[in-house]
Amino acid sequence: MTDYQLIVVGGGPAGLAAAIAAWEEGLTKILVVERDRDLGGILNQCIHNGFGLHHFGEELTGPEYAGRFVQKLAETGVSVLTDAMVLEVTPEKQVRLVSREMGYQELTAQAVVLAMGCRERTRGAIGTPGTRPAGVFTAGAAQRYVNIEGQMPGKRVVILGSGDIGLIMARRMTLEGAKVLACVELMPYSGGLTRNIVQCLQDYDIPLYLSHTITEIRGKNRLSGVTVAQVGPDRAPIPGTEQDFACDTLLLSVGLVPENELTRAAGIPIDPHTNGAVVYENRETECPGIFACGNVLQVHDLVDYVTAESELAGRAAAAYLAGGCPADDEPYIAVDAGAAIGYTVPQRIRPGKIDKSAELFFRVRAPMKKSRILVTSGGVQLAAYPRERLAPGEMERIQLPKSLLQKAMGSITVSAEEVAE
Amino acid sequence: MYDVAIVGCGVIGAATAYALARYDAKVVVLEAENDVATGTTKANSAILHAGYDPKPGTKMARLNVEGVALAAEICEALDVPRKACGSLVVAFTEAELPTLQTLLAQGQASGVPGLQLLGGAEARALEPNLSAEAVGALYAPTAAIVSPWDYALAMAEVAVKNGVTLCRNTRVTGIEKTVAGWALETTGGAVSARYIVNAAGLGAEALHNLVAPHRFTTQPNRGEYDLLDKSEGARVNHVVFQCPTAAGKGVLVAPTVHGNCIVGPTAEPVAGEDTATTAAGITALEAAAKKSIPSVNLRATIRSFAGVRANTDDPDFIIETAVPGFIDLAGIRSPGLSAAPAIGLEAVRLLQENGFAAPKKAYFDNTRRVTRFAALPPAEKAALAAKKPAYGRVICRCETVTEGEILDAIHTPIPPVSVDGVKRRTGAGMGRCQGGFCGPRVLELLAKESGLPPEKIPQDKAGSNILLGQTKQGKGE
Amino acid sequence: MKELICICCPRGCHLQVDETQDYAVTGNACPRGAEYGRAECTAPTRVVTSTVAVRGAAYPRCPVKTAAPIPKGKIFEVMATLDGLTLRAPVTLGQVVVKNAAGTGVDVVATRTLE
Repeated sequence: MTDYQLIVVGGGPAGLAAAIAAWEEGLTKILVVERDRDLGGILNQCIHNGFGLHHFGEELTGPEYAGRFVQKLAETGVSVLTDAMVLEVTPEKQVRLVSREMGYQELTAQAVVLAMGCRERTRGAIGTPGTRPAGVFTAGAAQRYVNIEGQMPGKRVVILGSGDIGLIMARRMTLEGAKVLACVELMPYSGGLTRNIVQCLQDYDIPLYLSHTITEIRGKNRLSGVTVAQVGPDRAPIPGTEQDFACDTLLLSVGLVPENELTRAAGIPIDPHTNGAVVYENRETECPGIFACGNVLQVHDLVDYVTAESELAGRAAAAYLAGGCPADDEPYIAVDAGAAIGYTVPQRIRPGKIDKSAELFFRVRAPMKKSRILVTSGGVQLAAYPRERLAPGEMERIQLPKSLLQKAMGSITVSAEEVAE
Repeated sequence: MYDVAIVGCGVIGAATAYALARYDAKVVVLEAENDVATGTTKANSAILHAGYDPKPGTKMARLNVEGVALAAEICEALDVPRKACGSLVVAFTEAELPTLQTLLAQGQASGVPGLQLLGGAEARALEPNLSAEAVGALYAPTAAIVSPWDYALAMAEVAVKNGVTLCRNTRVTGIEKTVAGWALETTGGAVSARYIVNAAGLGAEALHNLVAPHRFTTQPNRGEYDLLDKSEGARVNHVVFQCPTAAGKGVLVAPTVHGNCIVGPTAEPVAGEDTATTAAGITALEAAAKKSIPSVNLRATIRSFAGVRANTDDPDFIIETAVPGFIDLAGIRSPGLSAAPAIGLEAVRLLQENGFAAPKKAYFDNTRRVTRFAALPPAEKAALAAKKPAYGRVICRCETVTEGEILDAIHTPIPPVSVDGVKRRTGAGMGRCQGGFCGPRVLELLAKESGLPPEKIPQDKAGSNILLGQTKQGKGE
Repeated sequence: MKELICICCPRGCHLQVDETQDYAVTGNACPRGAEYGRAECTAPTRVVTSTVAVRGAAYPRCPVKTAAPIPKGKIFEVMATLDGLTLRAPVTLGQVVVKNAAGTGVDVVATRTLE
């Protein structure tokens, strides 16, 4: 006897959707463990709108989107433990956690869904030289201060990186009376959604410096300024292009990293390209009965897709229990990221486990004009999907019909190539 | 009137206070910043050197060997993380092998135990990721890694617990000779003392010059470091040095007591306390580290930082009476951390030469215990969280630091006043997210416990404010 | 011809709006794009999201939004209205916080329940 049929680690959008889906599939003993005081995860601080167009067909703010799932969860019999930190998940599906309310506990489950989300890359990871004053924040930390705590982290702001959180914070800080001087992006294109470039920068006349980076951070105690320089094709600063900005705040929006410390500690293989677990079509990891979904698996652009992926994982966890918790021995097709493709999720597809088709997520490595996405196996083209344009900042999806997968020989390769306009 | 005023609470000031706390005397430590050990002690290689580097017969050589022996006892007694992991000095060419011979001879002359010359293959057997280019190494089993900041804090805390007064935010701005001793003018008010111990680090020259003729010139020298994620924590098992050259001891790759990997330092003269990192330094470190350990992954860097060595034009430590009643502990660079407790004892001896005659106290409380939740076995975790629910709330996810540990730190003899002060004491914010998640929580706890508004809580030193006000403070409807 | 990127949804269609042809829109993948392209060239509007101060809740700020898009030129006026306003917990999701904000005819509503 285990304590729970399913333990979901994380009560953000991924964990909520997985738990609800598993409940709807008939599981009755489910626990969601959340480290924050409230369910909803990072959505609670994402007070801007734009969430839910795919899932609900309407535009919601982050708290509203989270609120709908929290409400729905409350109508189920799923147990929730908030303000609780999972310290370890074992391959045997023992979950060790600690909370203020319950103390230290070792719980057992038949299945586990990993839904821990992601964290932001920091200054250390990008190696910007200079002093180490206060006033350098990751965009998400600043977002929490402004939107949840009602605190202003600064008045004159430069943003490094044009990821979505950085763009959103450019507008947010402006609305709260700060002056955003510049948004600086290393790449020749933005990493954020186009609509955020328009609504968050252009609406407020905030300049976007593409192919630029910050080469120096100054200030003894509080930040006093940064130097911005243009970069060449090798992404190295070009001497002579430096310009100084006097600012008290630097927000970093330089990427997100899935939080897979528990996954690694459990010995579950990680894909070095996604920094998430290697998963099958139903989001099962290589450890049978342990699933992963949402930003802990791959950093998504849209919460709607997190929800869809997590529902898939939740249903799969229920099916795993219904099937008597089988050890995995079904043959699979390995999915390889070919030319121009950064990664794919899932990395493995078991044709025997899918109904009609499997959905494949991936990102291209660089922006592309009119293109086609090719699926090949053993050098033979199995399918082609036309696209008007492709960008690394926008996750792509294709459907792989079961009939196509049955033609594949051991593995398939996904690639993209530009075609003449 | 104090008997002794120690100026500066880096590891040298703290070690001196710790030594003096055993005497029945009134001792004050005057620290310019808002926390202990914010200068050179905070940013260095975190190594207790075995002692083969300094020329035999120098103060450096003697105090290094004495100091590391004392460090083992102190760290044990005061619950300071220390690990005797041993070190390797690696030669990469035949031409460097005589250097290893020299170091061996120096070490043997200074009484360093257990030194051993290894061939390249033997060295790689000890350190599997060592470069195939290595042709030999000097193995020193007594070299250890330590948390230098914890070490200084522990000695300072125990000193305070035993009656020493610590005044933070107290920068000495002037000194006058008086009949009874000295009158010190500070940013925290007037202080008088019979004796002064100058442990002011990079400020030692200026302090010396207030009372005595010019004796030494400070030559600040910056060293840059990269601290790598715990995923690189097992890359090396020993402190891996390269053969020293005229430029210094070269770049090392070492484990840290917190389970990370550290790479550094560079060596570059700077004008003053300039702890900025540079693009050139970051690039140089990568190349140098890969020379020793080709597989080390610098992309796993979680923090780049720099410290400034208090070098002087005197090749040895300056540990002497400057003028009667005024002791210099100056020019303390590597192996200063290793020598610290021996330097503290040396300071007491010099004070006694100058007439300090206080007897030892009957009782000295030489204990300190720190609860580190993450390191406890499950049963102890359970017992602790059951007894005090605050130990059940994890504030720092990366390092698993609980609210209970942060509250413990806030209620120590030298409580933190800044978010980084909490980080140094508990590890919260030291991990891979660098405080992105826990920073706001720590700030909230500090504000709550101190009764100060959140915008008054600094990141680190005074003036390093994190928040600049609140939203929604206008005059709307 | 004016080139725009549609911001109705994250897809970001590249629109062409022809001012000479009664703001006819091409490049849109859905009718919302045509509507947006036309409005953006004639009377641009935005949904404003922000916070207001709240007392007695677990957090000192409650997130809010305009219940519908408002003229772009009115954004800072709406922000000024929210400044200095203080709610009392409990606040429920959808609760009207400001009626007819800045004379736009649009209400500002709470987007989170805070007890």
